[in-house]
Amino acid sequence: MSTNQTESAARFASPQDVHERLAAVDYLSDDAIASTVFLADRLQKPVLVEGPAGTGKTQLAKSVAELTGARLIRLQCYEGLDESKALYEWNYRKQLLRIQASRVGGGEGPGWNEIEEDIFDEDFLLARPLLEAIRATDPVVLLIDEVDRVELETEALMLEVLSEYQVSIPELGTVTASQVPMVFLTSNNTRELSEALKRRCLFLHVGYPTVERERLIVETRVPGISSELADQVARIVRSLRSMDLRKAPSVSETLDWAQTLVVLGKDSVNEDEAADTLHILLKYQSDIERARAELTGKKR
Amino acid sequence: MLDVLNAFIVELRHAGIPVSLTEHVDAAHATAAIDLGDRATFKAALRATLVKSEDHRPAFDTAFEVYFAGREALEADDLAEEGEEADEDSPDGEGSTGLRGAGKSMGKGGGSTMSAEELAQLLERALTTNDAELRARVAKEAVGRYAGMEPGRPVGGTYYLYRTLRNLELDRVAEDLLAKQRAANGDMGTLEERLATDEIGARIDGMKQAIEAEIRRRLVEDRGAEALARSVRKPLPEDIDVMHATRDEIATLERALQPLSRKLAVRLTRKRRHGRKGPLDFRQTVRRSLSTGGVPIDPRYKHPRPAKPEMVVIADISGSVASFARFTLHLVYAISSQFSKVRSFVFVDGIDEVTRFFDEADDPTDAIARINTEADVVWVDGHSDYGHAFEQFHARYGEEINSRTSVLILGDARNNYHASESWVIADLQAKARHVYWLNPEPSSYWGSGDSIVGEYARFCDRVVEVRTLRQLEQFVGELA
Repeated sequence: MSTNQTESAARFASPQDVHERLAAVDYLSDDAIASTVFLADRLQKPVLVEGPAGTGKTQLAKSVAELTGARLIRLQCYEGLDESKALYEWNYRKQLLRIQASRVGGGEGPGWNEIEEDIFDEDFLLARPLLEAIRATDPVVLLIDEVDRVELETEALMLEVLSEYQVSIPELGTVTASQVPMVFLTSNNTRELSEALKRRCLFLHVGYPTVERERLIVETRVPGISSELADQVARIVRSLRSMDLRKAPSVSETLDWAQTLVVLGKDSVNEDEAADTLHILLKYQSDIERARAELTGKKR
Repeated sequence: MLDVLNAFIVELRHAGIPVSLTEHVDAAHATAAIDLGDRATFKAALRATLVKSEDHRPAFDTAFEVYFAGREALEADDLAEEGEEADEDSPDGEGSTGLRGAGKSMGKGGGSTMSAEELAQLLERALTTNDAELRARVAKEAVGRYAGMEPGRPVGGTYYLYRTLRNLELDRVAEDLLAKQRAANGDMGTLEERLATDEIGARIDGMKQAIEAEIRRRLVEDRGAEALARSVRKPLPEDIDVMHATRDEIATLERALQPLSRKLAVRLTRKRRHGRKGPLDFRQTVRRSLSTGGVPIDPRYKHPRPAKPEMVVIADISGSVASFARFTLHLVYAISSQFSKVRSFVFVDGIDEVTRFFDEADDPTDAIARINTEADVVWVDGHSDYGHAFEQFHARYGEEINSRTSVLILGDARNNYHASESWVIADLQAKARHVYWLNPEPSSYWGSGDSIVGEYARFCDRVVEVRTLRQLEQFVGELA
């Protein structure tokens, strides 16, 4: 580990510090989240965040960026993502222009060697998110979103960045990070990630929050909600999650629901009101019917 | 510290969690970076560095509790003392008078002076207030009183847990609490009722966990972490032997099945799309060649559309292999989009087609529940008779097997010494594309006793031992 890396570390004093500063930007963490973010900073390792959809995985990266005052660089993964989209690409149009311009300039242009040296220069390099994060001189947070969507082979592209914080460009040499960015990778677990990738990361599973934490999240994120309603919302959602549903309500859906109830001017919900707005929480008709039957005690 | 960590990691590896050297080093770095007195952080740090899959988490938790249980107890005692002091200082002593009394009596008497009634009261208070410290105290008392632990016995503690819980009668306590809430709030709506029940259920679960932790702590004191870890070690979900799974393990398996089948489906779709190149796409190639002056530099290929196989699943659902058949059917239907058609049949000594259940239900789980109650599979006495079931299958559906069909037979081939009628399988093999047999028994048992898998195996393309989800996933993955 070189010295400048050690210097740039220590964004946080303790896990408690992480927790409080995240809370200040309206992100309520728990022990696991706070400790892992803290360690990611101390050990200078990327964090692999896994968990069901809508539990705040991406939001975590955004919030960390916000509280450290860093710029968020986001790489959205998809099938078919390749080097030229993730790492870097030579701007060949500009290179062509450069070659032509040198010929137009006058009879005796510069020699081939000069041109070659010239066109494989940083000026002709298009930095894609990974390289951009490495080259950045201002503080950045790199978010590699839904990393499970790329093919197994493409993962290998990221390994150098994730472990060494550098990118090797054959024509140019190695670009090393001047400061170690915080890196978050999110995964919805639609496939096993490779051992190589997992080994380089700290692992954080963000599941559904406990009922107390969920209530706090609702209170923080939905302005103007009565504490009674927040409590009810959190408890109803917990009951829903304990049912055998095809898709359990996520935190973001809980927030949408709470928001709706506030807009409707409710201070508390009774079972009919809850049943009538269930479609915000649940996305399958069979789930809605089952939940309605269980909550109101009426059979379909 | 490093020694303890080392032992802990050895235990994790024994439990089946792959921990690499890099991760070990990371964990050591992590412990250096954090405050070791903070147990939650310590645990989170180890988890973040050592466990890279949510499925492995229960195994990690168990090992962690065993190896670091002593520390928790120590801290709990400290906390308890602090708590008492705080209680006396606090001006608002009204609600906690009883609590303080109970706490003191325990503190002095070393934990055995409490009567059964006092304990019951304390338990109720712990559940009403949902206070972690009080909960730990109740657990301590209850285990001391009821578990009847004998030093030196090489057990994992399940029996102690059972004894403690039986004596505490948590179910009755829950009922009482609910009744009290009902009385206090007057008439509760169904929603309130449901919420209250869930709340109490969650608290009771918390109580059970506290008791379990307490038992574990005492066992560690008695026999040392390493010995205990061996007896409480549980297999990872994908390694559970389906045929001999306990009820808890079945529940674990069911939870593991959903993500597993989803992953499998995604993987297969991708494989299908990316597997091979199809024939040359002439039109696209010519179009592309326009930008290179008509020279076809960049040939384009059509997407391949390999024919999807038809699938016929014939499953033994007699008692011994029922859960195995259930998981396999579930998995096959979860990836049914990979097949052009799936038909399923179940048998014990008679056979019945159950495809319709899957067509009607939008969730395989529902369909499987209906199979157990509605399928007509008993012919004489409800003991497996492979021969008769196969004969019936051949008579009724034999005509529909053709060269596009893959036949999948699930069962242990324990035929209760009936005739094997293996000619049916021979005939199926002649007609169908493939005949596979999945056997949930370890292959060393095949052919012993009334197992006649060998007789059928002659006519199968493959006979595979499938005892765990891992093996099942692997087989199904190769199939599609």
